[in-house]
Amino acid sequence: MGKDDKYEKLSQDEISRYSRHLILPEVGLEGQLKIKNSKVLVVGTGGLGAPVILYLAAAGVGTLGLIDFDIVDESNLQRQIIHTTRDVGRPKISSATDRIKGINPNVKVISYNDRLTSKNAIEIIKDFDIVVDGTDNFQTRYLINDSCVLLNKPFVYGSIFRFEGQVSVFNDYDGPCYRCLYPEPPPVGLVPSCAEGGVIGVLPGIIGTIQANETIKLILGIGEVLSGRLLTFDALRMQFKELKLKSDKECPVCGEHPSVTELIDYEEFCGLKRPDEQTSVEEISAIDLKNLINEKRSVQIIDIRQPHELQIGKIDGTKAIPFGQLVRRKDELDDSKKVVVVCKIGLLSAEVIRQLKDSGYTGEIYSLKGGITSWANDIDYTMARY
Amino acid sequence: MATVYIPTALRLFTDGTSEVVLVGENIGEIVTELVTKYGDLKTHLFSNEGKLRSFVNIYLNEEDVRHLDGLNTKVSEGDKVLLVPSIAGGI
Repeated sequence: MGKDDKYEKLSQDEISRYSRHLILPEVGLEGQLKIKNSKVLVVGTGGLGAPVILYLAAAGVGTLGLIDFDIVDESNLQRQIIHTTRDVGRPKISSATDRIKGINPNVKVISYNDRLTSKNAIEIIKDFDIVVDGTDNFQTRYLINDSCVLLNKPFVYGSIFRFEGQVSVFNDYDGPCYRCLYPEPPPVGLVPSCAEGGVIGVLPGIIGTIQANETIKLILGIGEVLSGRLLTFDALRMQFKELKLKSDKECPVCGEHPSVTELIDYEEFCGLKRPDEQTSVEEISAIDLKNLINEKRSVQIIDIRQPHELQIGKIDGTKAIPFGQLVRRKDELDDSKKVVVVCKIGLLSAEVIRQLKDSGYTGEIYSLKGGITSWANDIDYTMARY
Repeated sequence: MATVYIPTALRLFTDGTSEVVLVGENIGEIVTELVTKYGDLKTHLFSNEGKLRSFVNIYLNEEDVRHLDGLNTKVSEGDKVLLVPSIAGGI
């Protein structure tokens, strides 16, 4: 089959396989052929990507593109149901491809063991009809959004945090895009990732399944697609809310006078490349901190993690002041000592030190490099890593 | 007077509170009340210049206040005010 050729019929086996679709008047043979002829790119094969890929494969999407650079880690298995215990250590796209083939051998898989970047995004996305977002960071979301606007393709958005999720379809015809909703990302450190903030394992299942449903509707052209609407979900209260979204005429990428007409540097846009004039933060390694403690030097250790995280493990003599309170409670820091701030992986501690310095704190203060995770790796092997 | 709903991402700064009833004539007054009550929230909602940060959207019932009268949008008894920050998780 050539690049632009379309399948015009289903095999006997396919007719059996998709019979529950074929008897739906909204799908039928014609709809199932649309699904078979569709090409969907799923960016990320983790929590959101897992249910999206499983359901799209089962539904008979003809070509599934997968892009992920990560390998399966034990901590993924609580929610990334496409990967299994046996897959730990394998590239995620390999285990995802195996699962797709197990579910539906008719699906053609195009996999990229890579990170989506400004350099490769257009080249990769251009051959697909729809892009589904299963990423875990702001820079890739803005990159997907801008690429989809430039290439005129719909983008099925999903995002999760702790017990909350958001879903929408962006850039569907004249519908709003992600930048119409959020023109700019938050400053680094203000919104923690799932690795820092946690996520209930079922949540990506719920949000990802909604994304899969919207993708199928886009392919079939049926129902009311979740465009111009943001669906928010609160798993604790078991509440969905639907909020109205409008295209922003001033939107820098899809507005009337766009200023973004090609892909930009999204790490810079998201503040991940800090300009030199920004407040600098000094770091201390776990080994150097251990030496200071052994030498009985005067050190005050401040752990900014949440109380339930401290229960998993902490450095002896730690004083706990949660991230959100430290700037207000800075008088509790002992500026006659070296103060060391500890978080899970060393990012929030650096951010809070920046905030402290900006608010006028002048004492000697360090961020524990790599956070409590590096302490567990290098110093206290009995401490659990999480 | 309106009920303000605090999303999970911002509950770190409200001692875990998920909703709070606040008095105010408009969105600006309600939000000012909110950050007065929960001081830690202030830097997350407002920039150093006192501008509302663009990664948090404020909804009055179902409508984004940016498409109404912004912080001057009038609030009536029984209205729901939602803070909807951008979140980034997915894997």
